[in-house]
Amino acid sequence: MNHDTVQLAHGSGGKLSAELVEKLFLPRFANRALNRLEDQAVLDNPGGRLAFSTDTFVVDPLFFPGGNIGDLAINGTVNDICMCGAQPIALSAGFILEEGLPFDILHRILLAMEKAAAEAGVKIVTGDTKVVPRGGCDKIFINTSGIGVLPEDVAMSATGILPGDRIILSGTVADHGMAVMTCREGLSFQSEIESDTAPLNGLVEQMLKVSRKIRAMRDPTRGGLATTLNEFAASSGRGIVIQQSLVPVRGSVQGACEILGIDPFNVANEGKLVAVVPPEIAGEMVDAMKKHPLGKDAVIIGEVTADHPGVVALKTGLGVKQVLDMPVGEQLPRIC
Amino acid sequence: MKYLSEYRDPETAGKMLFELRRIVTKPWTIMEVCGGQTHAIVRSGLDQVLPGEISLVHGPGCPVCVTPLETIDRAIAIALHPGVIFCSFGDMLRVPGSRADLLTARSQGADVRIVYSALEAIKIAGENPDRQVVFFAIGFETTAPGNAMGILQAEKLGLNNFSELVCHVLVPPAITALLQSPDNLVQGYLAAGHVCTVQGLSEYEEIAEKFGVPIVATGLEPNDILEGVLMLVKLLEAGRVEVQNQYTRLVRHEGNVHARKAVAEVFTVCNQKWRGIGEIPGSGLMIREKFSRYDAARKFGVGDINVREPEECISGLVLQGLRKPAECAAFGVNCTPEKPLGATMVSSEGACSAYYKYKAI
Repeated sequence: MNHDTVQLAHGSGGKLSAELVEKLFLPRFANRALNRLEDQAVLDNPGGRLAFSTDTFVVDPLFFPGGNIGDLAINGTVNDICMCGAQPIALSAGFILEEGLPFDILHRILLAMEKAAAEAGVKIVTGDTKVVPRGGCDKIFINTSGIGVLPEDVAMSATGILPGDRIILSGTVADHGMAVMTCREGLSFQSEIESDTAPLNGLVEQMLKVSRKIRAMRDPTRGGLATTLNEFAASSGRGIVIQQSLVPVRGSVQGACEILGIDPFNVANEGKLVAVVPPEIAGEMVDAMKKHPLGKDAVIIGEVTADHPGVVALKTGLGVKQVLDMPVGEQLPRIC
Repeated sequence: MKYLSEYRDPETAGKMLFELRRIVTKPWTIMEVCGGQTHAIVRSGLDQVLPGEISLVHGPGCPVCVTPLETIDRAIAIALHPGVIFCSFGDMLRVPGSRADLLTARSQGADVRIVYSALEAIKIAGENPDRQVVFFAIGFETTAPGNAMGILQAEKLGLNNFSELVCHVLVPPAITALLQSPDNLVQGYLAAGHVCTVQGLSEYEEIAEKFGVPIVATGLEPNDILEGVLMLVKLLEAGRVEVQNQYTRLVRHEGNVHARKAVAEVFTVCNQKWRGIGEIPGSGLMIREKFSRYDAARKFGVGDINVREPEECISGLVLQGLRKPAECAAFGVNCTPEKPLGATMVSSEGACSAYYKYKAI
């Protein structure tokens, strides 16, 4: 590359655009479909039902402990696809770059995307790049869309959860949101808080080997565990009860939440899933999840109930049941 | 996180609850002054497990909640000034003024930033010499020392582009005003532990003696609060009027002398309007004349912005412990955390907000 930073001409469709694709994108993402450099990827028809998802990533800061916008962009869409039981096969990647973005930053992001895609076993088969004038966006925005193949005998939906079903959480909550927040605000703690960004399709594959009867799954990203549980309750019209003390929160994350006055149940995760399963398979499912690195802290945190339809209840340490509502807007640190 | 698990341990709580049930013989009305305590009580469900004889009422102890409407309006007016960087604690951003909040101002182009201290705003002022940096200095006695240090530091560094929009409120005058009210029902107080960390206990000893009410300086964890209630009920049952310290791990009788000295150097006591309550004599802090160049209200000429509060809201009665949140017709209907009508719904430490978020089932 003859420049240190992204120029408007890199998005003009001319020579510099071609140079950007050939020297930066192709070496990272090369595969048969992408290498053709057509306006579309032509894929073999895998047959059966497809899952299709899209997500856009605008995180600030771009780099945070445990990850960056690049692996987040891959893992986010991979996870959205596999939450219905589908295995992701192909992704698209669209970039909006701000004029003046240093190429070494872009390169680091692309390296992270390459590594994350390899880890998830998914290919980036088509893409697009636009460059906007300085101030037109904040450094870099990424959109990823993707398709996955759904096994024939898997049909998950939150509408089908039943009283007695168990709620399984794959691990600790609030790691990602607190990693980003503490990094953004320049707060440092004795032990660094790291994002949990990770592709969950391997863990889902393990879970489906145990049973195809998983009722529903979701990855509790923005809005955290509280939002996901409320979505389950609203979709099904069932009540949900969880035991506060059973929800795992890392000590450092809990400490940061306490200092900032933020509820860890409302904070984003990027490598966790919540599954609702029939009671007879719950124990075996947790055991299988624990054998996978991304499920080693898996735990049953509560169950679906016929009581208080549509409402999520939190049982506190004092044995009191309270409503666990969705958070209102952005999580803001408290004064005292 | 050993210190957290200890102060939230259900077994310890159970022992104290057992003791409380054993000693209580008649109804007692107790007020926790601090919004952080209200939040902890409602979040842990402590109010649901106390003996029926004990009624906890929630005090005016949330500085975010009691910041007057016009102060928010003044903050927004300053933030919208071209070239201003407006720095604030996070939870002030969502507090509505008469028409909008600071988040709305940010969406309109104002440079509004979340900071954690006045000294952080000082750093921003140093890095942006061509822009005016304003810090929203709100809070009880707890945040006043840090905010005073901000002004002392600005003077030391010779900064001309730093000022503070001050809205400090003081706890003892508020308690005094509540105790002087003919409607007062409160028989004992849990004083805000963090405020006592700075101020010490002598102000509370004067109040206890003058009005014949026992007071316990209490921490903010559920078991702190439970222990505070237990100590207070023991005093009430024995008919003893004194001030005790539950929060011994942080509160000394004399408080933090250095912090108080900084506050006294920069600020002077003034009458202060409280959202939902009205003006309370001697319950606020204003910047001394000597430091008036750091007074943002003066610098930006916003001192004459005044507004009236909505009449539908009964937050003033809630803040005085005369009504519970659910007794308000607007609660959860016209007034929610998404669209708060009044003081006690605006911050997560407000009584109405805490009740709304952690409703018992």
